[in-house]
Formats: sequence, C-alpha cells, structure tokens
Amino acid sequence: MTFSPQLEEIFAKMLQQYPEGRTRSAVVPMLIYAQDEVGSVNRELIEEVARRCKVTPLQVDEVVGYYSMLHRKPMGKYHVQVCTNISCLLVGGEELYESAKKKLGIGHKQVTADGQFSLEEVECMGACSWAPAVEINYDFHHFVTPEKLNQLIDSLKRAQ
Amino acid sequence: MAKQLFNQPSPLETMVLSKRFALEGSETLDVYLKNDGFKAFLKAKEMTPEAIIDEVKASALRGRGGAGFPTGLKWSFVPRTSPKPRVIVVNADESEPGTCKDRLLIEYDPHQMIEGILIAGLAVDAHVGYVYIRGEYRYLIEKMDRAIAEAYSKGYLGNNVAGTGWKFDLYTHSGAGAYECGEETALLDSLEGKRGIPRMKPPFPAVAGAWGLPTLLNNVETFSAIPPIIRDGGAAFAALGTPKNGGTRLVCISGHVNKPGVYELPLGFPMMKAIDEVAGGIPGGRKLKAVVPGGSSCPILTASECDIPMDYDTLAKIGSMLGSGGMVVLDETTDMVRFALRIMRFYQHESCGWCIPCREGTTWLRKILQRFYEGHGRREDISLLGELSKNMLGRTFCALGDAAAMPTISIVEKFTEDFERYLARETVAV
Repeated sequence: MTFSPQLEEIFAKMLQQYPEGRTRSAVVPMLIYAQDEVGSVNRELIEEVARRCKVTPLQVDEVVGYYSMLHRKPMGKYHVQVCTNISCLLVGGEELYESAKKKLGIGHKQVTADGQFSLEEVECMGACSWAPAVEINYDFHHFVTPEKLNQLIDSLKRAQ
Repeated sequence: MAKQLFNQPSPLETMVLSKRFALEGSETLDVYLKNDGFKAFLKAKEMTPEAIIDEVKASALRGRGGAGFPTGLKWSFVPRTSPKPRVIVVNADESEPGTCKDRLLIEYDPHQMIEGILIAGLAVDAHVGYVYIRGEYRYLIEKMDRAIAEAYSKGYLGNNVAGTGWKFDLYTHSGAGAYECGEETALLDSLEGKRGIPRMKPPFPAVAGAWGLPTLLNNVETFSAIPPIIRDGGAAFAALGTPKNGGTRLVCISGHVNKPGVYELPLGFPMMKAIDEVAGGIPGGRKLKAVVPGGSSCPILTASECDIPMDYDTLAKIGSMLGSGGMVVLDETTDMVRFALRIMRFYQHESCGWCIPCREGTTWLRKILQRFYEGHGRREDISLLGELSKNMLGRTFCALGDAAAMPTISIVEKFTEDFERYLARETVAV
C-alpha cells in the first residue's frame, strides 16, 4: 500500500522520532493521517500500519475501537461534527445538532446517500468560549447558529 | 487591519503568558525573539538545575492541566542522574469540557511553550520532548510543526540550542479522540501506541513514564509559564497571585455571559468580578444560578457560593476545584437535570472501561438521569444518584470516575428542587 508523497514524508519522519525500537508509538498518528487519505481504517490499512510500525495487525486493530476519530467505515467527504457538551448545550448546541440532522437528513455517524456528508454529535472539542461550535473535517466554526450551518452546508454542496 | 483574536481582551486582564497574543506574527520566532524570547533560556543555561527548580518552586506555579500540583515539586521528583534518559511530554490533549485555553497558547505563542520545554530540559537533564496534541486540533499540530521547524532552522532546537552547544529535540504526536488520554498515565500509554488506559501508580511518570523512562509531564500552560518565571524571577510571578497560588492563569469563560472568552487573570481574582465585569455579565439581566468553576469534573457552585477569590485553596475549602480553568456560567433558566445528564453522557462515553466502578457507575448514572429527564424519574432515584456516585469515589485507577461522580453529587445535593420539579411533571425552560 502506498500513500501520497506528502504522507510518505510525514510517515518517514514519524517512524524516526521515537526512541530506538519504539516504532509502535507511531501506530495512532499513522492511522489517523492515513485514514484522511484512504477514507477509513480498513483491513488493508491495518496490515500496512502494522508492517510499518513492526507490530502485529491485532495490536493495530485493538486501538481502532478505542479512539473516537478512527472509523472502520468511510465517513462523508465533509464530516460535520457538532458539539453538544455543556458550554455548547447552554447556548443552543443541541438545537444546532437537531437542525443539522434535518438539513442533512441523517443521524449520528450516518453518511448521506451521495457520500458527501456525514454527521456526528461530538464531545467537547475545545471551543467552549466561542460556542456553539462545529468542526467540519479539521476546520473549526465558532458561534454557529442553525442558519449559519445551513449556509455553510449549502456552500460546500455548491463547491462540488 | 488589527489582528483578529478569538475574543477581545479585557482591560482587567494581567497579561503575562498572553502578552504577545495581539502582536502581528506572534507565532513566529522573530517576533518572539524581539519580545523577550529566549532571554529566560539563556539565563537558565547559566543556572544549576537545582536553582532552576528552586525558582519554579518560588513562583508557586501549580499545574494548569487540572490537578493543581506544585510544578517545582513535580520537577524535583524526576531522577536527574538516572542512567535512563529523561523524556519531556507536553499534555496538549485539552478536552476537559469548558476548557479552550491551550489552543491559544499554541496558536499565538508556540515559541514561549518551546522555551519552557527547553528550560525544563535543562532542569531535569532531558534532551527530547513530545507534544501530545489531541487529534481534533489538527490545525494546531500543523502550526506546532511549523514552529518547531522554524526553531530548528534558526538554531533554537537541535544540536546547538541558541548557540550554547546544548542539544534538544522536540516532536509533535497526534491523538485520535479520547478524553481519557488527558490523564497523564493514559496519555503515556497512548504515546506508546496503545489504547489509553490509566496505569497503576506508583511508579509515577517521573520515575517510569514514557517507554519506562523518567518522564516530566506538564500541561501546555504550565510550560508556557516557565519563561516569564525564569526571566523575571519566581517571586515576581508568585506575587501576582495569592500565597501558594502563584501567578496568572488563562480562565476560559463560557455559557450564559455576554462576552465569553479566554482571559488571563491573576490567581485570587474575584469570581463575581470575572463574570460581571470581565465577561460582561449575564444576558438579559437574568440571575446567576450556578458556576462550574474549572471544567465539568468540578463540583458545581450555587450562585451564593460564588462570591470568592479564584484560587486553588479557596475552591478546595468550599469543596470544589479550580481545575483546568474552564469556568461555565449558568443562568436561572438552566435545567439542572438536563445539565447533569449531558455531563454524564460525556463521562459514560469517555470512560475507558478499565475500572468497573467507573464503567458501570457512569452507565447507571446516565440511565437514571435519562429516565428522570424523560419524565419517568422516581423519588428514590434522587438518593440513588448520590449513593451510586459516592461509591465511585476513589475506587478507580484514574480520576475519571471521580470526575463523573463529583459534579453529580453536587448537582443532586444543591439543586434537588430541579429534580423535585421533574417528579411533579413540570419542567423548567433551558
């Protein structure tokens, strides 16, 4: 399995940065960076990461179920993550999540039929003072209202 | 055009760690060097490790991640002369609900943190460090990588740090979504490529941490406070706060306030002044109902308990904590059953499942709160919530079990009337 040259460069550095014989440390970062390119953590990726980090596929597999950002099935091209934890809750986070469900016609961890959008109700993502917050892929959006999120989703649809 | 900050600063702030935030290019090494950057490192390079640690002790700096342990004391536990190499780990897994300060320290002033890490390296004779950043903060990992690359290219990391011939390597490491990995021993397991499960202590990380090596682990803000402490002296930093509670800290104010934001306030700053003046008070002239003083793990305070100075010891005296600096303000319209349920949904989701009291406790607490919220609560559930929570306290490897139990106990005890109202089938608006 090969990745883009940019990713290969990141991985080459990653495997060097831990003490000698500790390449297992690269398992989690490698999985999440690779997932962004491959789309999900599939069997082939697990075996590839295991080979590169010199661990067994089982040692890779067991972390996949633990970390909430790792997905065994592909999420949408745009993964919409709405926080409803306490700071967001107090200023309309749950209402925002409900409105996102309606707008996209999907629920928690579901993907639209065209594969363009997925939705996830997430835990605190560190945007409490600028709540309610949404992260689309890795882009933070602060002080989000249902109207603003609808516009954002529409503009992403148009961009396709 | 002036730089767009996350929020407008308040004139009531004491800017020590955040003093460069508003400068154009504050994230670059050049701007850092022009504004006091690396003065502290060069000073520390001339000091003995003992003298550096003494200066940190004199600052009365306490860990800004949440536990509030005295930083100088923590540094003194690392066996400097061990035949094993020492490792420095930065906890940038910021994920305590209500907390969003480390983002600013990395985004606006990464070199201040790097300098703090280097000084820690001198103090414990370590030559390598890892910044563990939560996966959701990918843009910050990229910013941190850029700052590290700049420091290498200009000789402030690598084989000859600031021309002193001293060596230090620094790397970032991405998490992938797990609150539990903010707990230091779980973070270390995660850094080793495993599931983030807490470790039995002792041994403490200072003796056997990452890969079994002596490890100094502190929060982003703790490391960022080191350069001003060494530069201006521990006593000067300590004097900003109250006895045993040195300096300033970044307080994240969120919830029902007019001007939510992250503000740097001295330890001992009056809580009501922070709410009413720094954060602009509660919208619509509504009344204060409660405050979460330092992240969702902290026992909640009623409005009448909030007329206090914000320092570790005062909060401890009234049975709560200053925690991670995440202060969540709740006005009179807040439904405490809904609030308690949301807190418990979080802890149940994040419990790593290693310790049964936490795994089962959070699950049952969530079920009871859910049934209450849906209108099927029973009178005995009120005491059951308290009893169940109390049985979790101190019975787990890490503090997640306590973190779930403590707010629940306080909410049920202090806001019983909200639960009573549900029994009477009458809900309050949120």
